[in-house]
Amino acid sequence: MADNTDSATRTALTELMDEKIPTVIADSVDIIYRIHGTGSGRGSATAALNRILRPKQAEKASGIRTVHAVKKVSFVAYKGEAIGLIGTNGSGKSTLLKAIAGLQPVENGKIYTDGQPSLLGVNAALMGDLTGERNVYLGGLAMGMSREQIKERYQDIVDFSGINEKGDFISLPMRTYSSGMGSRLRFSIAAAKDHDVLLIDEALSTGDARFQARSAERIQEMRQHAGTVFLVSHSNSAIRETCERALWLERGELRMDGPTEEVLEAYEEFTSGKGKKK
Amino acid sequence: MSDDYGTTARTPLPRVKAADVSQVLHTPPKTPAHGHGDLAALAERYGLTVSGARPPLPEYVRQLWARRHFITAFATAKLTAQYSQAKLGQVWQVMTPLLNAAVYYFIFGVLLGTKQGVSDFIPFLVTGVFVWTFTQSSIMAGTRAIAGNLGLVRALHFPRAALPISFCLQQLQQLLFSMAALLIILFAVGVPPAPSWILVLPALTLQFIFNAGLSMILARLGAKTPDIAQLMPFILRTWMYISGVMWSIDNLISKHHGLPSWAADLLRANPAAVYIDLMRFALIDSFHASKLPPHVWVLAVGWALVAGVGGFIYFWKAEETYGRG
Repeated sequence: MADNTDSATRTALTELMDEKIPTVIADSVDIIYRIHGTGSGRGSATAALNRILRPKQAEKASGIRTVHAVKKVSFVAYKGEAIGLIGTNGSGKSTLLKAIAGLQPVENGKIYTDGQPSLLGVNAALMGDLTGERNVYLGGLAMGMSREQIKERYQDIVDFSGINEKGDFISLPMRTYSSGMGSRLRFSIAAAKDHDVLLIDEALSTGDARFQARSAERIQEMRQHAGTVFLVSHSNSAIRETCERALWLERGELRMDGPTEEVLEAYEEFTSGKGKKK
Repeated sequence: MSDDYGTTARTPLPRVKAADVSQVLHTPPKTPAHGHGDLAALAERYGLTVSGARPPLPEYVRQLWARRHFITAFATAKLTAQYSQAKLGQVWQVMTPLLNAAVYYFIFGVLLGTKQGVSDFIPFLVTGVFVWTFTQSSIMAGTRAIAGNLGLVRALHFPRAALPISFCLQQLQQLLFSMAALLIILFAVGVPPAPSWILVLPALTLQFIFNAGLSMILARLGAKTPDIAQLMPFILRTWMYISGVMWSIDNLISKHHGLPSWAADLLRANPAAVYIDLMRFALIDSFHASKLPPHVWVLAVGWALVAGVGGFIYFWKAEETYGRG
């Protein structure tokens, strides 16, 4: 319970400072996905024609389906908090995270943020045909770092990834890396930037045990710098270690919001079946 | 400290919904501590802004400028990645345009004989093909700039206009390789270097702005309706054939006496034809100013401004919708 006393002192401190500063506010947020092309199999040329001719009536038949991924979720996150998002698969955790980052439009409600929250992830900007070194620069620039900042941190990024421990791999194209090496470098690049509000989606499960320990450490470090951290993970122990507050989403609805211990206890009870405690 | 978490109550009430057979669901408590207005007011009090909202135009331009290094790095990276698996590697940057020109020379110069009445036909044709390819591939890349990079758009935050602009920049770099090949051809056929070659710079700048604007328009259209990418090759091919890439528009007009004068003016004012002719005028000494359409620089600047500014604003208007769904 060292964690608990720790956050208790922190709370006492913020109370001393007399107010808690909100960094992310979700005000009854609804998120709805519209998926095209789910028409009943046949490649649906007729369905497409139907869609053009009768756009309204044909919407259902032609295979536009809606998925209500997040329903009426409200919460306030404060500066200095680390918040775990838990819930079974497909309960809307990642969707909510994307919406906080402003990358997924909300249907109803609003999400207010202090500064620009960013997802920890840079994979999409990297190119397998380029060397690791060029990808470090490309990824850093894509995250909005300046060339000087990247140059400054370049050595740290490479050292942290451990890519060069077994030879000069950083000057080889990334497609030649093993999947573990690739994900280590990707995490290292993504973790190189300081964020106001940091959103992490299952980033703790990459690489070997040694690298996992190192990345958990790095996330703790980023937590100190970042105002607020959100962590999506299916590893309850990772949530316990990192977060003092947890949000439990189930079928898009916010079921519980409270101290990690309490929420996880209820969640574990829920996932392990009726009333069976772990 | 339990009072810190005010949004929902902590203890769920174990209530089983009749409809839920697969999973036992406790209905969440329906009493949020903060009402609707409260949260909005709280956000306003601390100066929080709506996540993912479209920034105003000047702010957008500023953000885009801040990402200029990303734009250039992304373009160069794409260009180098393009041929990195080929044995000859970057040699293809020059080989591809040369082979293209050879094919067009064979078809239009030799088989169809459009070279009659055109002096220095090889440089004439090659310049046309290269300059046209710049516009064509910029537009094609622009059409897929958002639709083809949804992963990037959904993962990272940056002004989306960076993507179409970056792709146009990649095409510009590609064109510079082609221009190197063109210089080789010019020397080979004996066209002497001239001071007018300096005009290549303003002509290319204007064409780049024009291309970027057009590809931003198509990036927005293509993001909403990916089908546009299937349609574009046909539109572009039609545009190519009326732009005098392989033949001289002047010869075409003088051959068809029945052509109304507005149609001739229209053919000459076509932006692709304007940029191609400017480049020919700059590089080929036998392509005199008399062959240029009237007010050619006005046209070139006008097209660049209309497409560039219009395209940028049009693209920005839908900024928050890219990557949706």
